[in-house]
Formats: sequence, C-alpha cells, structure tokens
Amino acid sequence: MADFFAMHGYGMYVWTAYGVFFLVLLADALAPLRQRRRTLAELRGRLQREAARKSS
Amino acid sequence: MNPLLLWFHKLGSPPYFYRLAGRFLPWLYVVALVTGAIGFYGGLVVAPADYQQGDSFRIIYVHVPCAWMSLFVYAFMAANGFIALVWRIKLSEVLAMASAPIGAAFTFITLVTGSVWGKPTWGTWWTWDARLTSELVLLFLYFGVIGLHSAIEDTRQAARAAAFLALVGVVNLPIVHYSVNWWNTLHQAQTVSLMGQSKMDARMLWPLLTLAFATHVYFFASLLARSRAALLELESGKEWVRALAKSTPTQEAAHG
Amino acid sequence: MKPGTTGAACLALLRRDLTLTWRRRGDALNPLLFAIIVVALFPFALGPEQATLAHIAAGTIFVALLLASLLSLDMLFRSDLEDGSLEQLVLSPHPLSLLLACKIAIHWLTTTLPLIVIAPLLAQLLYLPNTVLPVLLIALALATPLLSLIGAVCVALTVGMRRSGMLLTLLVLPLIVPALIFGAGACNAAQAGLPFTAPLLWLGAWLVLALVMAPLAAAAALKISLT
Repeated sequence: MADFFAMHGYGMYVWTAYGVFFLVLLADALAPLRQRRRTLAELRGRLQREAARKSS
Repeated sequence: MNPLLLWFHKLGSPPYFYRLAGRFLPWLYVVALVTGAIGFYGGLVVAPADYQQGDSFRIIYVHVPCAWMSLFVYAFMAANGFIALVWRIKLSEVLAMASAPIGAAFTFITLVTGSVWGKPTWGTWWTWDARLTSELVLLFLYFGVIGLHSAIEDTRQAARAAAFLALVGVVNLPIVHYSVNWWNTLHQAQTVSLMGQSKMDARMLWPLLTLAFATHVYFFASLLARSRAALLELESGKEWVRALAKSTPTQEAAHG
Repeated sequence: MKPGTTGAACLALLRRDLTLTWRRRGDALNPLLFAIIVVALFPFALGPEQATLAHIAAGTIFVALLLASLLSLDMLFRSDLEDGSLEQLVLSPHPLSLLLACKIAIHWLTTTLPLIVIAPLLAQLLYLPNTVLPVLLIALALATPLLSLIGAVCVALTVGMRRSGMLLTLLVLPLIVPALIFGAGACNAAQAGLPFTAPLLWLGAWLVLALVMAPLAAAAALKISLT
C-alpha cells in the first residue's frame, strides 16, 4: 500500500498532477451551482422589493 | 412535422432546455464519476509501470484526456460561436460562452500536469517547444474569449463578439495538434490514433480511452450546469424564471 | 475621379486620415519614444557587454516594436468613434472592408513605419551585426503590417470600451505570436549564419492572407460591436 502511494519514487509528481486535476475540476463543477443560487437569490430580493413597492 | 426537427426547435426555448438539461444533469455527473473511477483504477492499479518512465507515466491518465478535451472544447465553442453568429440562436450563444471556462480549466490542467510530468522525464519544468507553446497560446485564447465576454455590458452582444474572437483563434487548433509532426519537438509524437493501430500496450490504453470518455461526459455535465445558470441570468425578466425564483428555497436546494 | 464611387470614397478617407494624423503629428512621437526607451532598458538590465546584447538584439527590437505598435493600435478607431464618423463609415454604401483597409494602411504608415525607420538606430544601440540589419528590416516590414491587420480585428471587437487597453493586449498577443516567432527567428538564423528565407516566406504568406481576410473580419467585428 505504501508502495502504491510512493509510486516507486515518483509519488510527489504523480499525486501533484492528479491533485491539480481533481481540484480544478471540482472548482469547475461547483462554480455553476454558486452562480445559480446567487442569481435566484438576487431575483427573489428584486421581486420582494417590487411587491413591497406595489403594495405601498 | 418531423419529430426530431420539432425537438430541435423546442430545444431553442430556454425554459424547455432548462428543464431537459436539469433532468440529464445528475445522470451525466454519475456516468462521469463511475467511468472516471474505473479508468483511474485501471490506470493507477492495473496498468503495468512503463519500462522507461516507471510509475511517472501514470500522469498520462490525467494529462492526455485533458489535452484532448482542451482541443475538443475549443472546437465545440467555435462551432457554437459560428452558429450563434450566422443564425443568431440564443442557445448557441449560451453554450459557446459556457464552454470557455471549462476549456480553459482543461487547458490549465494539461499545462500543469504536463509540466509536472516533464520534470522527472525531461529534467525540466518547461520548454518552449512547438507543442507546449501552442497549448499555452490556446490558454491565452480562452482567456481572451472569457475576458472579452465579461467586458461587454450587453450579454448577447458580448457573446457574439467573443464568439467571433473564438473563430479567429480556431487557426491555432491544427497548429497544436500537428505541431509534433511539423517541428522537432521535445514532446513525443502521436501514439494513439483514431483510425489504425495505436502504438500503446492494450493494458495501458484502455484506461486512457475510458478516461477520455469520462472527461467528455464530465464536460457535457458541466456545460449543461453552466448553461442553465447562464440562462437564468439572461432570462431573469421572464415569467418562467420568476416562477422558479418564487418556488420555495428548500425545494430549490433539493433539485440542485 | 467621379465623386460617389468607391474609389473616390477611399481616396477621401485616405486624405482625411492623413490630414487628421498630420494635425496631431506630435502623437506619432509617443510610440517612437516608447520603443527607444524599452530598447535602452536592456543594456541597463543585462549589462553593457557587447556579446550579450548582440545575442538578444534582434528579438528585443522585435518585441519593443511590437509593443510600441500595440500601444498605438487603440488610436485606430478612437477619434472616429468619438466624433461619430465611425458609424457613418459603417453605414456607408461602400464596402466597409475596403474602407477599413484604407484606415489600417494609413495607420501603419503613420505609426509603425517610423518605427521601422528608427530600427537601424535601435540595432546600433544593441550591437546588432550589420549583416543582420537587412534581414531585420525585411522581417519588420512583413510582421508589422500583419500586426496592424490582426490588431485591427481585435480593436474592432473592443471598440467603445473605456478601459480596453489590457484586454486588447490579451486578445492580440496570442494571435501575433507566430509572426514574432518567425520574424525574430529569421533574424536569429541570419545572425547564426543559417538559412533564413523560409521564415520570411512564411511571414509573407501570412501577410498576404491577412491582407485579404483581416479587413473583412474587421468589418464584421465592427458591425458586431456597434450594434
């Protein structure tokens, strides 16, 4: 098992490469979720303000 | 009317696309994760170590699929850009602009993993040979498209301008691909071919192809997610988006 | 020439641009000064050793001139945009690509040609061997119009943006890298005594392609940005 992680001496290179791959793609996967949530929250706020203006 | 043509027309409608993409999305992520896991298992555990490079060759399983994707996504972006410019189809504009950051991410990963692989193999983190330089130029092209798109106020005009820029930069794609044939490069030449014999051992090849498939599926998943988010913003004045916003927040979080 | 024809329109445009540039001829000094300063910085940074400077001379001059012309690219459409004549050009019945080709030609003549004229001076500053100078001048004569043409397409995409300076650089540089590689490569090959005609021919081929396609692309880009 330790051998697997050490990758016969190349461990640092291999795991850095795989780490970059996963981290960047994870960031890429999360970005649209955040944007969607933000857009809907902003829209909800705007609708609330419009409703308040109409009723006042 | 021909049902396929009808479906195609419907796809151009933002609320229809939003709902359809939302249904496919979880499945695409699942398929990408599962095939990715299989590919990584094959690449990290099953495949034997290379007789020259030892275990460092396993970086190929992240580097090469991302390199292939960096080119594929650009072509996809340029194709949608062309459709958007010629036929002014809103969905194509959205798809083209949503592809750009994903393509940039893949290109970035390609360059970094390539650099990390180059250190033990060639003894250097970087070299200005044709393949690496043209891939770096590709990254700058992506940044240019993203930068131009965010600099223009009107979203639709921004998409058209950025699509035009993407088309101008298409000339770089054959340069990246054929650079190893046209110039003397440090980067190795083609070993995997679409037609004909590939020069790689089968036990090393299948995880690579599996991961190529997984990254393609991931791209489409991420593309659909980004397109949905972009459509919400673009159409935020329309009734269907307002109805979506008004539905309870907990319901929203559940649908993801 | 009969007024109202495309030829007359082009001639009028050429004359107008030349007159306007002549009225602000002090502005033409700015890229020149910039190029000289950039080139002068290198002996300060790398030391005045003749061998070191001669080694990097061709490439440095190329980069300095490219950056200097990049700075002046923004001026291509700016004054016309501000006084509204750019929209008139777009609306005119004459082919926009032809009119833009005239504008680009005048722009190159007035901002970049002076840079090529001072290139021998810059070559002296960096101890470029005299045998390489003709190659440098030919390479510049081929690469700088290419930069103006490709740059015009990018300027057309960013016209009207207030802070477009950095974005313009980001857009142009990836597209101009091949011209730099081949232009400076030809000079470096000549300096090393190797054959240098191939990169120059490549530059020539790209220039011809750009001469035909860039005005069309710039016209399309301008129509996109101005809608």
